[in-house]
Amino acid sequence: MDLYEYQARDMFEKHGVPVLAGIVATTPDEAKAAAEKIGGVVVVKAQVKVGGRGKAGGVKVAKTPDEAYSYAEQILGMDIKGHTVNTVMIAQGADIAEEFYFSVLLDRANRNYLAMCSVEGGMEIEVLAVERPEALARVAVDPTVGIDAAKADEIVAAAGFDAEKAPKVAAVILKLWDVFKNEDATLVEVNPLVATGAGDIVALDGKVSLDDNASEVRHHEHEELEDKATENPLEAKAKASGLNYVKLDGQVGIIGNGAGLVMSTLDVVAYAGENHGNVKPANFLDIGGGASAEVMANGLDVILGDEQVKSVFVNVFGGITACDAVATGIVQALEILGDKATKPLVVRLDGNNVVEGRQILSDANHPLVHMADTMDEGADKAAQLANA
Amino acid sequence: MSIFINKDSKVIVQGITGSEGAKHTQRMLAAGTNIVGGVNARKAGQVVSHEGRDIKVYGTVAEAMAETGADVSIAFVPPAFTKDAAVEAIEAGIGLLVVITEGVPVQDSAEFYNLSLKKLGADGKPVTRIIGPNCPGIITPGESLVGITPANITGKGGVGLVSKSGTLTYQMMYELRDLGFSTAIGIGGDPVIGTTHIDALEAFENDPETKAIVMIGEIGGDAEERAAAYIKEHVTKPVVGYVAGFTAPEGKTMGHAGAIVSGSSGTAQAKKEALEAAGVKVGKTPSEAARLLREVYPA
Repeated sequence: MDLYEYQARDMFEKHGVPVLAGIVATTPDEAKAAAEKIGGVVVVKAQVKVGGRGKAGGVKVAKTPDEAYSYAEQILGMDIKGHTVNTVMIAQGADIAEEFYFSVLLDRANRNYLAMCSVEGGMEIEVLAVERPEALARVAVDPTVGIDAAKADEIVAAAGFDAEKAPKVAAVILKLWDVFKNEDATLVEVNPLVATGAGDIVALDGKVSLDDNASEVRHHEHEELEDKATENPLEAKAKASGLNYVKLDGQVGIIGNGAGLVMSTLDVVAYAGENHGNVKPANFLDIGGGASAEVMANGLDVILGDEQVKSVFVNVFGGITACDAVATGIVQALEILGDKATKPLVVRLDGNNVVEGRQILSDANHPLVHMADTMDEGADKAAQLANA
Repeated sequence: MSIFINKDSKVIVQGITGSEGAKHTQRMLAAGTNIVGGVNARKAGQVVSHEGRDIKVYGTVAEAMAETGADVSIAFVPPAFTKDAAVEAIEAGIGLLVVITEGVPVQDSAEFYNLSLKKLGADGKPVTRIIGPNCPGIITPGESLVGITPANITGKGGVGLVSKSGTLTYQMMYELRDLGFSTAIGIGGDPVIGTTHIDALEAFENDPETKAIVMIGEIGGDAEERAAAYIKEHVTKPVVGYVAGFTAPEGKTMGHAGAIVSGSSGTAQAKKEALEAAGVKVGKTPSEAARLLREVYPA
């Protein structure tokens, strides 16, 4: 889960990272009140989970509360790269003397963590990394040790901070490591990290990505950070039933078991769709290993609630859960759904107890159910039905 | 021959008394796996019976290894406790640790994987090889199953398979069931995993029984691109690839925590191109990949 800037700011504050005052607002009136409370010059910042908001006009400096009101009015509702701005943060204006960059992230390729730091902050770090790679220090971090005082010193030395700023920045890096470690983040990025005119080091912006597995296991409080307002209603419904569902923009509903097989099913359906009016997969839905009748019914219920869906392809390879159990699940799910089930269902079963599974479906003889012998055949049939 | 496990592998099950552990202990025994013990600190001294065999539960991995000579451990432990279980197995010096558990916090995986890199044997290499987490494990058909793969899909043969995904592994084994498999290994779909595509490719290249290799990847990260570079340099046996997720949109996580396309990196198309540039034929679908494998499979 990626956090909004204001959520990252609050998390930084909780772990002792120096930040400036920041108050969220969802209306111009709230923005004005926030500006009055903070006092002085403020910055009105669009809260969207996408880069480049400054260039898009989503960040404005307001000298008075009235200016904050009118900038909030402009920015709220604005579309930035497909993201609607529902919230702004009113941030205390900063007296910026210098801008730096710091991040620590999970390095998948090396299976450890990577700290990156530069005395040239503020600009897009991807650009800096390409144009002047020598200006961006990269320091590997051993996950069994983390960033201790020695590692923080190594990072600031590699970045080339002067003797006066180095210890101050290192102290802030240790706090940012606390955020990364204690919140189970996969990314903590500060751009810019600034030195103020008074010589203080402050995190002026923040990007944090949290590990969903860890949120599930030991950070239940992270649930409050979820963005329920912008969540797709079908995705919210699926999540409430514990289903792994992603809404896509197509006509063929997909149900399968195992993430890889479902991804593969999406591909095969998309290819088949090329021969049938260019229909596309409507969703990703992985019912996992245990495809009970209830799970199958919940899955079908979510998919049939998608008005774009014209047909459904159930593609299951019976492993631990054998095909007869899956077939029974489909039959019972159709009974549970009754009149709500109105769209044709193509079912492909293979693997454990496939003969029994197919027999159960053919005995049930449900008018909506079509059988397919292979994944390719099933995808073709489902695409054809969606285009009918 | 085979890779990583064979009929002589002596296996212990961490979490043998849990519901998943018990179910799969029974299935692994039925598949011929030589399970010599279980581990659960709170149930040490108990004996569990499956498939007509009595299996003793030990308090620690170290004790189980000392008593039974076990060289492989498989962990069916809830995600909150997986790191502790893995650390225990690594500290005890187990040769192979298979972590089935899904939903392990990625910092935990990063910690126990990096711990394994520090426990070196006399040869200067890490003592413990880790497979997973979030994987279906490994099967050498007819000899040993250390995982949850259905053992009855196919038998012994010359195809070696490495995959991030469980059910795609089963699908591919099914497509090629007439040829049979030397070993099929599911390395898992998490961002941090122990054994990689490259590790498996290297082992298959050196395994005389493996005649051709199927490599299944999926969107996210750059493991397939790095595997492609490795194949070009080091693999002489025919390799056929399949990559899932061509139609996955950017920014959406597709089930596996690692399966997310961010920016231009990690797309299925980029992986396909990298593999093809290394001389690997890549199927657009599992059935096409199976067809391509038959074309290159040595008679």
